[in-house]
Amino acid sequence: MRTCLVWGVLLSIGWLMLGSWQTVPIPEKLSDYGFFKGNLANQQPADGVVQYALNTPLFSDYAEKLRFVKLPAGQSVAYNDTAVLDFPVGTTLIKTFYYPNDFRNPAKGRRLIETRLLIHQSEGWKALDYVWNDDQTDALLEVAGDTKTVSYIDANGQSQQHPFVIPNLNQCKGCHNRAEVMTPIGPSVRQLNGDLAYGATRPENQLRHWQRAGMLTGLPALEKCPKAPVWNKPETGSLNDRARAWLDINCAHCHNPKGPAMTSGLNLNYSEKDPTALGIQKTPVAAGRGSGGRTYDIVPGKPDESILIYRLESTDPGEMMPELGRKTVHRESLVLLREWIKAMK
Amino acid sequence: MKLYLLSLLACLCTQLAWAQPAVQKRYQTQLIMADNGSTIDLDAGTFTFTGSLSLQDKKRIVIRGKGIDKTILSFKGQTDGAEGLRVSNAEDIVIENLTVQDSKGDGIKTMNVKGITFRNVKVEWTGAPKAENGGYGLYPVQCDNVVIDGCTAIGASDAGIYVGQSRGIVVKNSKAYHNVAGIEIENSRNADVFDNETYENTGGILVFDLPDLVQKQGGNVRVFNNYVHDNNFPNFAPAGNIVASVSDGTGLMILAANNVEVFNNRFIRNQTLGTGIISYLLTERPITDKAYYPFATGISIHDNVYERNAGPVSQRGRYNKLFSQVLKPGQDVPHIIYDGIADPNTLDKDGKLQADKRICIRNNKNQSFVNLDAGRGFQNVSFNTTLFDCQLEPIKTSVSNNR
Repeated sequence: MRTCLVWGVLLSIGWLMLGSWQTVPIPEKLSDYGFFKGNLANQQPADGVVQYALNTPLFSDYAEKLRFVKLPAGQSVAYNDTAVLDFPVGTTLIKTFYYPNDFRNPAKGRRLIETRLLIHQSEGWKALDYVWNDDQTDALLEVAGDTKTVSYIDANGQSQQHPFVIPNLNQCKGCHNRAEVMTPIGPSVRQLNGDLAYGATRPENQLRHWQRAGMLTGLPALEKCPKAPVWNKPETGSLNDRARAWLDINCAHCHNPKGPAMTSGLNLNYSEKDPTALGIQKTPVAAGRGSGGRTYDIVPGKPDESILIYRLESTDPGEMMPELGRKTVHRESLVLLREWIKAMK
Repeated sequence: MKLYLLSLLACLCTQLAWAQPAVQKRYQTQLIMADNGSTIDLDAGTFTFTGSLSLQDKKRIVIRGKGIDKTILSFKGQTDGAEGLRVSNAEDIVIENLTVQDSKGDGIKTMNVKGITFRNVKVEWTGAPKAENGGYGLYPVQCDNVVIDGCTAIGASDAGIYVGQSRGIVVKNSKAYHNVAGIEIENSRNADVFDNETYENTGGILVFDLPDLVQKQGGNVRVFNNYVHDNNFPNFAPAGNIVASVSDGTGLMILAANNVEVFNNRFIRNQTLGTGIISYLLTERPITDKAYYPFATGISIHDNVYERNAGPVSQRGRYNKLFSQVLKPGQDVPHIIYDGIADPNTLDKDGKLQADKRICIRNNKNQSFVNLDAGRGFQNVSFNTTLFDCQLEPIKTSVSNNR
């Protein structure tokens, strides 16, 4: 009888432990992670959390982004010059979306919208999204997404107001998807190869900073590292290179041979060499009315006959590209892409 | 008192404004949190969504409504996402007993799903058919073991029921009308399309192979026991899409597909092309895909019934002009049209197609035929079926999906 009882107690303890192990609770609040020190809204990275930036980032309705990486203590990532860095299990990538109240004057404050996490667990990368409260004191876990209205004064002094869509967790994988495996998109050597001001110090090349901090191993001489141009800085690359860099980060997460848009046969990664795969004189497959009545994805010399331009100019969800995360038209990149197509022969 | 009433009204309005997104949040959360093996039951009623619903990385999930037109998922006024419902990277998924309406893009898209069943599902765009409607109604792409059973598709500006780049397909007991294409099998292997009714589309059934896609060379397709009639609807596809080149009055069009067996169908009152067998070269679109095979080979058309009303073919599309060049005034347009463009590498020394690559036409009721000889500028247009009177090995297909 007594043994029975002992076994019963042991079993129930075991069951309880197993149960809790299976459901490691997901933190409800961003503050639970301890990524930042001081006032959370100031986004001052805690020790071991390092800010980073990309040379040419994804356009997200003019939202500004703060990016941080936290590697597991004592671990580093190995240099590679072709793909996104292969971060070790235990890494978290942190990205906070915000709008300055006035794009011309950062001193006028900002409004944080959401903080997205990509956490590298032993079974793979996992995405979580935390939405900032109105008081800007903390951000709370949101599974099913939301839509917020944002308003700000843009870089031209115009007052802007539009919806901003916070993705649901399934939609995260709409972009962060390589052969159906959740994957980071941005932090590759070519995107990180640029300067960033860390705190009060002079700007420093990010790759060198990571190397000095013991985060990056195997870094060759900087001039040997590939470098993505900054799409809107002509001094950083040719028209072609800048357009391709923009398409790469904005489109190629889906439009690559292993991405969700592989079914279209249109591949916009910067390394694509086949002109048809890149869209030149390529007929659409499942564009529907996204074709805008045009025949080819890209018609050299003729941006106004190119489907690619049509779909970037549209904000109709049935025809626009990308399918997610865009409510506004990125006017400035369209200038670049139009020039690029116009210059094609 | 007035103020009280007003505030009550305001309160009610807010309630209404929030009611729909709450449903969206509830169903989307259920779809994200669903355990493998579970069933997501949708209530009866019409639910309006402002964004796509999605399911991914799951196994053995059933999404079940209370019936066609009883559970209606309406995407009218959709502001986010390119389709109504999307399922990706999943296994053994069943979607049944529901209606999806008025999505901005495609109705239900499923990608990278091994085992997908659509049963008693209706996808429709309400109102008159128009170019602004979404492209595909049911849209499995790069899937294995696809079953579409008892479904209805209405108003798609591309194809109502579209299966693309997939393997192992059954489309049966389904209806498609007022679409540009009723049913389309594209770059897909091992497909059976039977016991369906497609009518009042631009084209009833299309079996296409297109270049520049990941899955090349579909084929092994059987089209049988279908009732394909009155597909004379003016084409309303947005230009640029391949279906925009389909002429109204098309019953069945086989474009660059290989090993297709078409039998026991009724092709009635499709006024331009009862059945067309054409090469991609006839579309005059550029081909840069070196792995692409642009010819239709191994086609067998037998034991079908053809009927059409007297009168000219559609004035729209290119065939009207084409026929006026090759037919004598007053001559009836043949039911079966072959463009005559053959792969030179499949011809023997007498200029005949190798046995298994042949185009065989036999034993159809009211059979009439023209070989346009389009590859040589229509020089030897021929109405003689003798060369095409043959029988190919029956095609075998295989699908394993027990759900």
